[in-house]
Amino acid sequence: MNRYLIHLNSKRCIGCHGCEVHCKTNKGLPPGPMLCEISHEPLRSVRGVPRTEFRFRSCYHCEDPQCLPACPTGAMRKREDGIVFVEQETCIGCMACQQACPWDIPQLNPATGKAVKCDYCLDRVDRGLKPACVAKCATHALRFVRLVEF
Amino acid sequence: MVETVWSMCGMCTARCPIRVEVEGGAITWLEGNPHLLGGALCARGSAGLALLADDERPRQPLLRKGGRGEGRWQPVSWDTALDQVAERLQAIIAKDGARSTIMSCRGGPFVDPAKAFIQALGSPNFTNHDSACGRNVHHASLSVYGVGRPDLTYDIKNARHLVLFGRNLLESMKIGEANQVLDMLDAGGRLTYVDVRQTVTGLKASRFLMVRPGTDYALTLGLLHGLIKAGAYDAEFVRLHTVGFDELAAFVEPYTLDWAAQECGVKAKSLKEFIDELGADRPRVIFHPGWMLARYRDSFYASRNLHLLNVLMGNLEIKGGQIFAKGAKDCGRKGIRNLTDLVPKPEERRADGVGWKYPHFDKGPGIFPLFYEAMATGEPYPLKALFCYRHDPLTCFPDPEAQKRRLDTLELLVSIDTHYSEFGWYSDVILPESPYLERDCQVAVQKGPKPRLIYRQRATEPRHDTKPGWWIFQQLASRLGLGQYFPYSTIEELWAWQLEPTGIKIGDFAARGFVDLADKPILDDRESMARRLATPSGQIELVSGKLAAQGIELLRPYESPPKPPAGMFRLVFGRSAVNTHGHTINNPLLHELLPENRLWINKRAAAGLGVADGDWLELISQDGAARGQIQAKVTEFIHPEAVYCLHGFGRQVPLQSRACHAGMSDQKLQTGLLLEMDRVGGGLCLCEGLVTVRRSDRNGQREVEL
Repeated sequence: MNRYLIHLNSKRCIGCHGCEVHCKTNKGLPPGPMLCEISHEPLRSVRGVPRTEFRFRSCYHCEDPQCLPACPTGAMRKREDGIVFVEQETCIGCMACQQACPWDIPQLNPATGKAVKCDYCLDRVDRGLKPACVAKCATHALRFVRLVEF
Repeated sequence: MVETVWSMCGMCTARCPIRVEVEGGAITWLEGNPHLLGGALCARGSAGLALLADDERPRQPLLRKGGRGEGRWQPVSWDTALDQVAERLQAIIAKDGARSTIMSCRGGPFVDPAKAFIQALGSPNFTNHDSACGRNVHHASLSVYGVGRPDLTYDIKNARHLVLFGRNLLESMKIGEANQVLDMLDAGGRLTYVDVRQTVTGLKASRFLMVRPGTDYALTLGLLHGLIKAGAYDAEFVRLHTVGFDELAAFVEPYTLDWAAQECGVKAKSLKEFIDELGADRPRVIFHPGWMLARYRDSFYASRNLHLLNVLMGNLEIKGGQIFAKGAKDCGRKGIRNLTDLVPKPEERRADGVGWKYPHFDKGPGIFPLFYEAMATGEPYPLKALFCYRHDPLTCFPDPEAQKRRLDTLELLVSIDTHYSEFGWYSDVILPESPYLERDCQVAVQKGPKPRLIYRQRATEPRHDTKPGWWIFQQLASRLGLGQYFPYSTIEELWAWQLEPTGIKIGDFAARGFVDLADKPILDDRESMARRLATPSGQIELVSGKLAAQGIELLRPYESPPKPPAGMFRLVFGRSAVNTHGHTINNPLLHELLPENRLWINKRAAAGLGVADGDWLELISQDGAARGQIQAKVTEFIHPEAVYCLHGFGRQVPLQSRACHAGMSDQKLQTGLLLEMDRVGGGLCLCEGLVTVRRSDRNGQREVEL
């Protein structure tokens, strides 16, 4: 059962792309891979005000991730709390995971030659902290939600 | 062992407070100060780490070898560079006097050593970038309240209605202020946004008025008229605290709402509803008087009217309104020491004419472009040396080629900056300052409703042979025999000396990174508020006595801006949340987000030129002297008379491999605007330039290659 979700309150989001850079600097990524993404539809005029909604996307941490069985070395793993992550030591950078993912979520880190993806900053989560994108969201629009089963 | 270091971001001049985690000398985490910002930081803030890691910045002092701008540099030691600057300065001073030297900086809380240095030399010529920024707003504020722009703060969070004239708060991004706007909206507040194009701030607005470029003054006149006619203003406040109301009311008589609607190209019905809302929402209505308002020939007057609209709302010194900034004295405490206080004030007249030729301008930083006038004429006296500390006039002001012609009359150009600025590249000596994460800065007072002391602590040792500003100026001063004005050799000594009168120790900053001077926000009663007004009448002056006494017209009749001829457009510029003017364009992680700017052009106007989205365009300046190439972003959300691009691009420093020649520079197309200035407000008219726009030959017609 997945225990976490990142939720964007698009009313507060100002599309500043801070989350993308917070993520990259926390993971030490060079230009290239982008593990989360802010996007928006073209503007439309609503009652005289041109508007759009911002969207946030990282990894969906699927219940049944396609990337997992595709990984030849077992580097792609899913924790009990639902976090899907790449074990860097085991990854050989073949990117079979990216091929298998319907959304091309895993990306190649050109600095290490290995796959990298959103893992909700699991080292931070394990220390009781929020993922980097949420912790530093410029307008507190992103929330790290712990899901509970009723 | 993880250590916390408190600092202030230096990626833009908002200087948000930050907390840095350091482990074994390396930065492992960086966030907004949790006590003030709850960790929040913007993209630029995080990209500060990429700035540190980047080698495409000056890494040791450099002396120019070839001609100016040729880019041939000799790397030298600090001793050599400082000795050389000191020797050349001495020679200049011996021949032309200390008054022939100018110090310009980018403003902010940490300019004290730079200002003390130029004063210690004996020159009155301290200046900054502000004539391309907030001078009009500052002078407008002085004319109404007798106090300047920094003396008023805005309690946006508790407002019911925020009105912004092109003040793109959510993309200029002071984190705290942006959150105040969103909190206000979450609490049901209204936002009216006025601009010539849509912005992120406008996306969140409850009312968006896309006005014809150059008509802000018209709209403010119409609003004054509308509020007065509808009786939707605070008559009691106006009666008790202002002078000149009848004169103002008579002046705005012809400027009806219907007239303003027609002049600005907006719906009269929308303006009438706006007036009704203002009447219902006052006094908790804030008209932001503008920040960067060096735009049009009448921007000073537009800003003055925005101040006056605030006064009509009666929003002074109340929750959800404008609140006077308080300092140490207001908290019954002693302030910190500043180096500038040690130095005798030079008696010489300023070369920019401020204070004597232009007695109505605030003397503080003067008006930089007027030094260009002095360089060209040699009047009132010859100028020989220019220091630019964290300031890049060639990016900041219009027409860099015209500026270079004037800079060529100077014997010594010194750039003190963390990155290669266009000015640095053209200068004679580059003294590289350490980036903000690698340097300490002195203690400063942050005035506000709840004033506090702030400082910057270095998080990590410099990777390269760079130095902090407080050290550079102290070293230069010692070499010139002026060491007595810089009574410190380490930052700890400087902090201790500054803090001594306050009884506060630097250790007191350790818990949260700042020290509050008050327990809670200080809100004066109306009587004490009135004592803060520094006008000749002691009241809020709707028609300034001081300026009127100097023969300056305050109720200026409106002049409609001419419509650009066919094929020409008014070139306007603006901000994005992922870049700060010219100085972050080469940052690897920010460049990744926004490698080039594009030219916004109205859909109908583009169709008329046969231009499709993504096409290459050629832009030609008014006089035909400057050209630029840029890709089109075709949108219906910009006024057809204007084209818009982000400022800061089109840089020409070859050592900035990412930024060099990426995108187009707006300031190069602003030919003829260098001295085009509002001589009442002191602001440049950066949006008064027209450009010809045409589809570029770069758009291929045929497929020739295989």
